[in-house]
Amino acid sequence: MSHTFDFDGRAIPFTTGQSVGAALVAAGIRAWRTTRREGRPRGIFCGIGVCFDCLVEVDGVPNQRACLVPAAADMIVRRQEGAGRGHLAV
Amino acid sequence: MPADVVVIGAGVVGAATAWYATRAGLSVTVVDRGPVAGGTTGAGEGNILVSDKPPGAELDLAMLSSRLWRELGTEVGGFEYDAKGGLVVASAADGVAALSGLAAEQAKAGVDTVVVPAGDLAEHEPHLNPELAGGVLYPQDAQVQPMLAAARLLRSARRSGATVHTGVEVTGFLRSGGQVTGVRTSTGDLPAGAVVNAAGTWGGEIASLAGVEVPVLPRRGFILVTEPLPRLIRHKVYAAEYVSDVASDDAALQTSPVVEGTRAGTVLIGASRERVGYDRTLSVRVLRALAAQAVELFPVLAGVQVIRAYRGFRPYCPDHLPVIGPDPRAPGLFHACGHEGAGIGLAAATGLLIAELIDGQQPSLDVAPFRPERFR
Amino acid sequence: MVTSPSDGTPPAGRAMETYDVAVVGGGPAGLAAASAALATGARVVLVDAGRQPGGQYWRHPIGDLGAVADLHHDLATFRRLVAGASAAVRLFGHQAWTVEPAERGFLVRAVADGMERAVPARVLVLAPGGYDRQVPFRGWDLPGVYTAGGAQALLKGHQVVAGRRVVVGGTGPFLLPVAAGLAVRGASVAGVFEANAPAGWLRRAGSVLPVAGKLTEGAGYAAALARHRVPYRSRRAIVAAHGAESLTAVTVARLDARWRVLPGSERIVECDTAAVGWGFTPQLELPLALGCATRVDVDGSLVVAVDDLQRTSVPGVYVAGEACGIGGAPLAVAEGEIAGRAAANAATAANAAGQPAVVVPSRLRRRRRALRRFAAAMHEVHPVRDGWQTWLGEDTLVCRCEEVTAGEVRAAVDELGATDARTAKLLSRAGMGWCQGRVCGYATACVAAGSGRPVEADLRGVAERPIAAPITLSALANPEGAPRQQ
Repeated sequence: MSHTFDFDGRAIPFTTGQSVGAALVAAGIRAWRTTRREGRPRGIFCGIGVCFDCLVEVDGVPNQRACLVPAAADMIVRRQEGAGRGHLAV
Repeated sequence: MPADVVVIGAGVVGAATAWYATRAGLSVTVVDRGPVAGGTTGAGEGNILVSDKPPGAELDLAMLSSRLWRELGTEVGGFEYDAKGGLVVASAADGVAALSGLAAEQAKAGVDTVVVPAGDLAEHEPHLNPELAGGVLYPQDAQVQPMLAAARLLRSARRSGATVHTGVEVTGFLRSGGQVTGVRTSTGDLPAGAVVNAAGTWGGEIASLAGVEVPVLPRRGFILVTEPLPRLIRHKVYAAEYVSDVASDDAALQTSPVVEGTRAGTVLIGASRERVGYDRTLSVRVLRALAAQAVELFPVLAGVQVIRAYRGFRPYCPDHLPVIGPDPRAPGLFHACGHEGAGIGLAAATGLLIAELIDGQQPSLDVAPFRPERFR
Repeated sequence: MVTSPSDGTPPAGRAMETYDVAVVGGGPAGLAAASAALATGARVVLVDAGRQPGGQYWRHPIGDLGAVADLHHDLATFRRLVAGASAAVRLFGHQAWTVEPAERGFLVRAVADGMERAVPARVLVLAPGGYDRQVPFRGWDLPGVYTAGGAQALLKGHQVVAGRRVVVGGTGPFLLPVAAGLAVRGASVAGVFEANAPAGWLRRAGSVLPVAGKLTEGAGYAAALARHRVPYRSRRAIVAAHGAESLTAVTVARLDARWRVLPGSERIVECDTAAVGWGFTPQLELPLALGCATRVDVDGSLVVAVDDLQRTSVPGVYVAGEACGIGGAPLAVAEGEIAGRAAANAATAANAAGQPAVVVPSRLRRRRRALRRFAAAMHEVHPVRDGWQTWLGEDTLVCRCEEVTAGEVRAAVDELGATDARTAKLLSRAGMGWCQGRVCGYATACVAAGSGRPVEADLRGVAERPIAAPITLSALANPEGAPRQQ
């Protein structure tokens, strides 16, 4: 069965059990994070929760591993800049 | 040819000693059985604090060291010297009164202090728990990345002619009559005009190789390291209890919250103190206490993830003062160890004083309170 | 201000029973261990970070093994083990962040749904598995470059084909099923680039009979690759990745015996996806946290030292599968079965008095021996040669998390005096970020060792992670069952 979640305003379809990261890759999106030092684009690398490259903000919580988080309908997924939580910086 | 000085220990105290001795024109050889900064130096936060010391000999040493580190930050550099300042907070009115009292005493000794009423805390640290009763700001408190500090000082000393042998263990001392004339090592003898015991937590063992007693014992501490964050915390922030914990003689566990950001983005969370020998086992009980106290101080950290924890062993002496100076029981041997949790901060002054003493100069500070033969 | 920390012991009424055996890891070794332990009558709990059994090897979409059955091997064994382990208390979605000795055995502390839960057991079987070993190359952090296992996981776990035009590279037999799977699911695989020249390794495999299954498996992948006209090239490697925002091409080059690029042999291969792997790295956080003795295996990996019964140097702790030597699923199953029997025996003997001898059937011992020999032969023809370091620029990232370059790691050694991997790490920050050196630990140790090889202490120095999985400060402060702090 197919549902969608929101990624920066775009509806991303996913099938039951798919991770957020897998659904993004299936939708042709390969990068959803920039690195802290050089601002380099990153997406999935290891796909199994080891490398932490695919960090993404899910429902307001940054630094979630997209390859592990199961996609769910009505989820709000956001691109992540650097360490995330930029609005808390002092 | 014998070196003027052999320094035992490539931690931050040994590195600072080598740096100042080299600068004084002495020929220096550093030996360490492990790698550069592989002991307590690599397990600390890199504090350079004046805030946690009541007026007295240690505060005088800390004030001197604070000035020296600032100089080293530009003269040597490359070790993330950060004059971030310290903020000590209290949760109740009596705590604030005690803090203010201490600050007033420290101010008389030359420490910069700013009493911060509860209402102004947020201006200095926006994410602090709003229920705190007040605090004191110490602009002179600073931080370095301790391993880089040791490695950079050693590199600078090497460039000026010093020699560093890591992976070489000191197995005994060379003697001529009563005089210490060098060390025996796992790879051969190193004769020297003077030998400096900068072995940190293991300083007592080195001393016993020379037939003298210096009571240095390990006091374990854990640090939690968070995920990298944007800057959420500006100062080194700690609770008033920290000062009494440092001075405590209790062997049992003490924890008090010490929280600070780093240039790398991670937040470091301490501090625990236990006398459990060299037990390296991770203590979940201690980690829980540290986590709970950090969240209490900074509620914003509740959802932040811990990605690493490490432990170290502070070199502690029964009277909580370091051991600095010549040992009259073994002429030619100088001690520079036992700095407990303040080794990074006190390293610069310790190195300078030892170099001055070996070089026959008048030391910049009276070292009598730190003399090695003071223990009974 | 000072709060009273709890030790995390569940309060009365909600206290979890002490299991005879806790198996950590639900892949081939863990399933086999749980199944074997249950068969002796032991009470078993199975803890795994994944949401369902199978681990990396038998990864499949939730509730739909059938959809990817053609990508799998030996599903009969999987079904048998799942059935055998079904009587275990199963804690899936539980990521162990530490294990520690407790009064009556051990506590596995796991995080699930943001809460910490402690699982008590008399005896532990750790079967943490492994993941792709990586060596860095220029541009390897571009989106579109995946680990071989990552591309495989997308396919087997989520039915997502990582890209349209794919290159597969590195070394080891695992490259074949990855390439075959992608081809079968419709990707155009532009080539499999194997850095070694493993032809003829079968001759070295020695006793062939017990491993016939492994051989037909390999032959099946080779046939699939031929059917899809996928070129297989040995002594070649992907030495650079190109692209601005994501991968558009790679440089493939021929290698000499030490893996230095043969000048003039470089050619550009256009692709949107690369899948790379250089063997595997065992996941050792939990055994190391308990202080288990280690050794360096034939493939250069740090592994846990175990005896004939899969016992480690720590009494009551058993390890099975990749963590005691990379050897593939059939070996992991054999080791798991032995570990499960031995652990259950030890746990139940501790309940009653007297300890009867464990009987491990000789066929199981023979099978393990043969499979280990097979694995050793495989490792011998798929070494990682140090010439890969010559592919790196000074500005090539070694540590992806902290963005530490090869030049910076070398400076920690040459200028700052680091003489071992751990010091190089701490002085350069390579391995200090989110992944804690899981990805770059091996490479950092190699770069720090320069022309030498990393020794056991170096590998330990980049493998010890007392926090085995991230845990929030609030979960750490408030374990399940403890009164919540305000």
